[in-house]
Amino acid sequence: MSALTFTARQETAQRVDMSPLVCQLLKDMSVTDIAAIELQNGKRKVRVDELFEISGSDTQDILIKNSYAKLDFIAKDLDGGSMMVQGEVGAYFGMGMKSGELTAEGNVGLYAACEMKNGLLTINGNAGDFLGAALPGNKQGMKGGTVIVKGNVGQRAGDHMRRGIMLIEGCAGDYCGSRMVAGTIAVMGSTGRFLGYAMQRGTLLLWQQPQLSATFNDCGSHTLAFLPILFKSFAKFDSKFAAESAAFNRVQRYGGDMAEKGRAEVLVKL
Amino acid sequence: MIINGVSIDETFAEAFPMKATRAIITAQNEKWAMISAQAMTGFATSVIACGCEAGIERVLDPSETPDGRPGVSVLIFAMGGKGLAKQLETRAGQCVLTSPTSALFAGIDEGLQIPLGKNLRYFGDGFQIAKKIDGKRYWRVPVMDGEFLTEATTGRVDAVGGGNFLVLAESQPQALAACEAAVVEMKKLPNVIMPFPGGVVRSGSKVGSKYPALGASTNDAFCPTLKGVTKTDLSPEIESVMEIVIDGLTKEDIDKAMRVGIQAVCDLGAEKGIKRISAGNYGGKLGPFHFHLQEIMA
Repeated sequence: MSALTFTARQETAQRVDMSPLVCQLLKDMSVTDIAAIELQNGKRKVRVDELFEISGSDTQDILIKNSYAKLDFIAKDLDGGSMMVQGEVGAYFGMGMKSGELTAEGNVGLYAACEMKNGLLTINGNAGDFLGAALPGNKQGMKGGTVIVKGNVGQRAGDHMRRGIMLIEGCAGDYCGSRMVAGTIAVMGSTGRFLGYAMQRGTLLLWQQPQLSATFNDCGSHTLAFLPILFKSFAKFDSKFAAESAAFNRVQRYGGDMAEKGRAEVLVKL
Repeated sequence: MIINGVSIDETFAEAFPMKATRAIITAQNEKWAMISAQAMTGFATSVIACGCEAGIERVLDPSETPDGRPGVSVLIFAMGGKGLAKQLETRAGQCVLTSPTSALFAGIDEGLQIPLGKNLRYFGDGFQIAKKIDGKRYWRVPVMDGEFLTEATTGRVDAVGGGNFLVLAESQPQALAACEAAVVEMKKLPNVIMPFPGGVVRSGSKVGSKYPALGASTNDAFCPTLKGVTKTDLSPEIESVMEIVIDGLTKEDIDKAMRVGIQAVCDLGAEKGIKRISAGNYGGKLGPFHFHLQEIMA
């Protein structure tokens, strides 16, 4: 069985809610039934086969081709299976994902991996603001799983993040790790202003010295035993983080945000 | 059955079901991992008064440990799950948490999960940090030498305790030399410990006593100084008897350890003063696991 493939016919003027096209909802459905599903497109409902050419039949292995930045909610609540998107991706990519593997070949929009619960989400391009964050008004963002971003991420990555691991090979925008409750965000590139703003607990693991606010205090340089275990767990990923040369255990530790609980840490590679 | 002049008694060792777990201790170097492991497994020769039976299983190469540092694996056995959990936590807290540069990890993933560092984290007074890595929860507890890293839980499995054999020799030095040789070979095997000092016990016991308060007392039938005054099990030339007790994760592990140990004793043979191999049992009424010496050595 080949992957169930949706190839976008042309870019729509309005945004499309792609949430019905997810592995667990399409399970046991025929291609004819899938073609008849109606997607919300702006204020209209449009059949899938109006928007996409459909080929293949494996509903547990979905490929979206010619994707564009108005396709929102791709892989929403994905629970098992594998989904890959070629092209640009709209907002809420992998929102609430529960398990499985999700990959975007291009750039993704706002709120990717927001409130994600488990699984592996890989973004080969850049990610917009609020990666792994909580939806507005909610108190807990990403609660588990792993997010790998090979490009850069926007502002507020990990806002309200509760658990899980976010690996960013590029740079992070302002407010990275803001209001973080717990979890780990690793950034190989530079980070913006207000790093860890109002962060309660959790770890920001950095390769480059950040610009820290006055509410993060220097706790000195240390060799931490958990880091080799953490890096060993990255070995299985297709990422720069998997390289043995990426691993280290000697860090400068900053504790903060002292304006909040002050139990979070920023670890900077020495 | 006679092996190299050593008579193997037609009897059996009687063993009991126990609960067990394995913990892995790592440190900056093998010396400090071993110091911590020795402390954790100290005063753990017999459940009769120690609460558990524990011992060092083996030294681990850095490539075998979770954090890539030198390590030591220890096995802990107790009669029940609650007792095991209590002993594990107490010993981890007093002997590993306190030991410089140490870290503590689960050595068994399967089975019921019991607290390893799950409650020790409170020593961190709120400064402790949890990390969930590859589905396992770790605690980082700030301590004066840096951080104590511990896995939250370890697996508890059903196990077997009390496998044993007795070495009957013409002299005390010969009995001890034979037991030492046996323990050296048995320590090469995984999943077993010999919990008594140096792996050898010289005070084997029988069930009961003339004193009502005591549940066990000296095994007078095997005491060489009592040959003339009690219903002895010793022939005139036997001057010393020593016992090796084995706890293992499975019956097969104990089978193998007994075979290797008895073989090592028999390799010394009658020439070195070893006359008989026997075993301790309670008539088969108390323990469900029976290790028949002649079957094991067949």
